[in-house]
Amino acid sequence: MNAAAAGVTSTDAAVAATHPAGTTAAAAQPAAEAVRSSRRTGDVVLDVRNISLSFGGVKALTDISFDVREHEIRAIIGPNGAGKSSMLNCINGVYQPQHGSISLRGKTFRHMNSRQVAEMGVARTFQNLALFKGMSVLDNIMTGRNLKMRTNLLQQAIRWGAAEREETAQRRVVEGIIDFLEIQAYRKTPVGKMPYGLQKRVDLGRALAMEPQVLLLDEPMAGMNVEEKQDMSRFILDVNDEFGTTIVLIEHDMSVVMDISDRVVVLDYGKKIGDGTPDEVRASPEVISAYLGTSH
Amino acid sequence: MGPFLETLFGGLMVGMLYSLIALGFVLIYKASGVFNFAQGAMVLFAALAMARFAEWIPKYTGLNNKFIDNAIAFVLAALLMVVVAWLIQKLVLGRLVNQDGITLLMATLGITYFLEGSGQALFGNDIYKIDIGMPKDPVFILEKTFQGGLLINKEDLYAAVIAAALVALLALFFQKTATGRALRAVADDHQAAQSIGIPLDRIWVIVWSVAGVVALVAGVIWGSKLGVQFSLSLVALKALPVVILGGLTSIPGAIIGGLLIGVGEKLSEIYLGPHLGGGIEIWFAYVLALAFLLVRPQGLFGEKIIDRV
Repeated sequence: MNAAAAGVTSTDAAVAATHPAGTTAAAAQPAAEAVRSSRRTGDVVLDVRNISLSFGGVKALTDISFDVREHEIRAIIGPNGAGKSSMLNCINGVYQPQHGSISLRGKTFRHMNSRQVAEMGVARTFQNLALFKGMSVLDNIMTGRNLKMRTNLLQQAIRWGAAEREETAQRRVVEGIIDFLEIQAYRKTPVGKMPYGLQKRVDLGRALAMEPQVLLLDEPMAGMNVEEKQDMSRFILDVNDEFGTTIVLIEHDMSVVMDISDRVVVLDYGKKIGDGTPDEVRASPEVISAYLGTSH
Repeated sequence: MGPFLETLFGGLMVGMLYSLIALGFVLIYKASGVFNFAQGAMVLFAALAMARFAEWIPKYTGLNNKFIDNAIAFVLAALLMVVVAWLIQKLVLGRLVNQDGITLLMATLGITYFLEGSGQALFGNDIYKIDIGMPKDPVFILEKTFQGGLLINKEDLYAAVIAAALVALLALFFQKTATGRALRAVADDHQAAQSIGIPLDRIWVIVWSVAGVVALVAGVIWGSKLGVQFSLSLVALKALPVVILGGLTSIPGAIIGGLLIGVGEKLSEIYLGPHLGGGIEIWFAYVLALAFLLVRPQGLFGEKIIDRV
């Protein structure tokens, strides 16, 4: 037990070390809210310009532009079929928009697939879980370290010194993430056998393992009960605070979005109808009519 | 008891070889969702390469140490299979990403004929020998326990040990290395694997290479038993009932399915044969597979897919 406890502290240190942009948990906790508002508004990290996407004759997105600043939590909301997931999939390289450009820290990426986007430091989670169901929690999160692995196939096959050391180092980081998400007890459990809310955490853990600059969350709270939603909100805020990760978040649940995000983009029928702080958006007549219907 | 055990061992050893070929099918199906019809052609192609390389090396280099010749020939043939895997991925499957399963199956059918044709064009279409020094003489064991002892075919025993070792190595590779983990991830979910930066095309080249090397080992063993000839590509047909029995997505399934079929056909030949007029060995596997399809279409260890309606 002592050894395990020692291991935990050292892995925490390892995580903190691998996220130099982040402050430590101890420093961030007390005045989280104050820090959140003051530390905000870094430079523009992700810039989405005039994106249009159609499938055959169906226009999924029309001329969408918005930016995401460093360290902020940026939400994309909208009614069903508004094009939220399409937008996320454009950023993630799953869809190639017909018009417009997306750039990450000034680097424009066109015609990139998900893997190339991942190499640029963008990680994502999935609305309908896309975990590796047959694999354990540990293995699932370890796959997120794939891009950090440097040893080759041959070295791994004969367990050459470097491969062994690398595996141990990566494992340490992953253990830190497991502790962070409070799923230590499930380390060796195949994820297919876990409760839904915990699977969502593993999905988040796998994305975190990539140490992303930008994290895309596709309805992280879909299908969760109130308690699970609170847990997930806390994890999202902690990731943002401790690791300084920029987060783009799609969500259905208005109340959650308004509580945790810094700025909100509102989509309806593939068009942008609102953009601003939660309060601004909430007050916008266009947004109100899209959500509640117009009164006349 | 003696004859029964003898048949059982014989069946297990042949079954191990079926498993080896079935493993090739399962590896590729798991990782890419492609039912690789060309597995049998790969066995033939690899065996032809091995047989001819082993013949050419002493002829052109004057190296006359049989062990070294065979070792070099094996390495060259393995490298050739890696090149073949790379070409298949680059020229065929890489261009068919996200196509229907049936399209991919037809593509592998094309690869089958291409490999069979080009293999024989490159390496000749006679019957060739692979001589890796497998002992041909049978031995008797446990002579004290049973009257007359048990007759064991040493060649089969060696082959079974080699096959088992290869399977164990593959299992270790899949479970214990980072690349193996990436392979399992791709097998589970392509989209998710891509989103965390696993390069699909490279993984597929690795899988096809591994399947190619497995085909080579199977080809060498079967080739040294039966001689390298066109009919070798038909051995793969025996692996079809194995994967139906074990499940297309399960490596343990391929192994246990192979053993079951091997044992089943030998036992049925001995015990049912006299009553049904013999020749059961040839069709037993297929009938067993058919029965399985009716009762458990996903195989013994395959994943049961439950679709939401």
